[in-house]
Amino acid sequence: MNYRSVFDIIGPVMVGPSSSHTAGAAKIGRVARKLLGTVPIKAAVTLYGSFAETYQGHGTDVAIAAGLLDFDERNPNLPDSLSIAEKQGMQITFTADKQTPVDHPNTVRISLTDGSEMMEIVGVSIGGGKIEINEVNGFSVSLSGSNPALLVLHHDRYGAVAEVAGMIATYEMNISYMQVSRKQKGSLALMVIQTDEEIGDDLVTGVSHLPNILNVAVLT
Amino acid sequence: MFQTVEELVKEANSQNLPLSEVMIQTEIETTGKNRAEIIEKMSSQLTVMEKAVQRGLHEEIKSRSGLSGGDARLLKHYIEHNESLSGSVVLDAVSKAMATNEVNAAMGTICATPTAGSAGVVPGVLFGLQPKLNPTRDQMIAFLFTAGAFGFVVANNASISGAAGGCQAEVGSATGMAAAAAVEMAGGTAEQSAHAMAIALGNLLGLICDPVAGLVEAPCVKRNAIGASSALVAADLALAGIKSVIPCDEVIDAMYRVGRMMPTALRETALGGLADTKTGRALKERIFGINAKRSVPKE
Repeated sequence: MNYRSVFDIIGPVMVGPSSSHTAGAAKIGRVARKLLGTVPIKAAVTLYGSFAETYQGHGTDVAIAAGLLDFDERNPNLPDSLSIAEKQGMQITFTADKQTPVDHPNTVRISLTDGSEMMEIVGVSIGGGKIEINEVNGFSVSLSGSNPALLVLHHDRYGAVAEVAGMIATYEMNISYMQVSRKQKGSLALMVIQTDEEIGDDLVTGVSHLPNILNVAVLT
Repeated sequence: MFQTVEELVKEANSQNLPLSEVMIQTEIETTGKNRAEIIEKMSSQLTVMEKAVQRGLHEEIKSRSGLSGGDARLLKHYIEHNESLSGSVVLDAVSKAMATNEVNAAMGTICATPTAGSAGVVPGVLFGLQPKLNPTRDQMIAFLFTAGAFGFVVANNASISGAAGGCQAEVGSATGMAAAAAVEMAGGTAEQSAHAMAIALGNLLGLICDPVAGLVEAPCVKRNAIGASSALVAADLALAGIKSVIPCDEVIDAMYRVGRMMPTALRETALGGLADTKTGRALKERIFGINAKRSVPKE
């Protein structure tokens, strides 16, 4: 069962025109922003497949910029995101890569920096506003988009995973899938945690204040 | 928890509940949220739909590409000043469906039902029936749960994505959902709702997704218009006691299999149908420039 809630069908509430090319794109942009954890000053967006062909007509560029501004897919300012980003001094470049083959037609790579930290993700908009994230800073992840998920960037230290899992348990939530990736022992690592229940703001704030945690993003 | 329309109808009948109530109970079960929260959320979706309809009917709406906008108002004017052929309830629903999709195309806020491209049908039918049936707000919310219940079965057993199953999966599904919900609101039985869905979706089997220039505008806005009118006709047929020869779940399965047989060119790639006409290609060139290339996305 890919669709779990009646609000997957009567919803999402979003700025048009396309659940996959607009709402999904905004969500991917926002995940990148959340994982960077700060305000980006520069973002390089590479669009592939169908995204590369029709991004201007669908407002995919506008939607991704909105996500980078931390707007959600229903934010009424979404259509004005490009000029808002410019005013804030956020430099966003869009490149349509029509040559590189991709597994899914709606794929985008976003690299961003706040001047010191870098973040790069690859996201896919799979339809109906649902997204998958395939790559985070070179870590390959697999997130189906069917369940809510937490992406937690953290230092690879003992207890980090247990603390996050413990906090999820205090919210009486069930973990349905979990993946931990790291480049090498003791370096930066990424936890991907899917839950049966929706992930609230309280939990996100709680997790982000745990020791060894750098940044947290949510996929709904 | 129901997985098929048959199970949904059976649950409603065995517990003597309306279909909308079965959906609410299922939502409580799967999400762990309480009833008040769930009703409140649906109420806010309803408010979004209402605002989109009002915007589309009363404001000047134009999309970025210029391919859509203003037709809902044209139709509204026509209804108010002419003796229409198909009658005011049908055309009122149609104008409200188109209003929603025009707002969507112009980057306005809508509620996807089940997708953005097919977001007009369900609210079009709901608000089109409002003057005739005078539903309470609770009944309007119930309408959305019933529509959601049928869409839920389609999404999990077939598809609600044009890229996967063509427009039959989007406008076809929305039309079936609206027809089934209209039956419940009009006082029909759960079985009649299922027949309305089966008739509505059955009639739209094979409908391709062929958006001009790849945009959710043409023919999407008008497909939603036809979806809203078909939903009302299918609901009336079911309320008259007319049954679908093929049961609803089998129609849904047929839709899924037709989608699988559909060539990629007819599934949202803008490579076939109306998109691949002389005018369709010229419009794409005008909007995206002469370098706009054909693309065949991999599935």
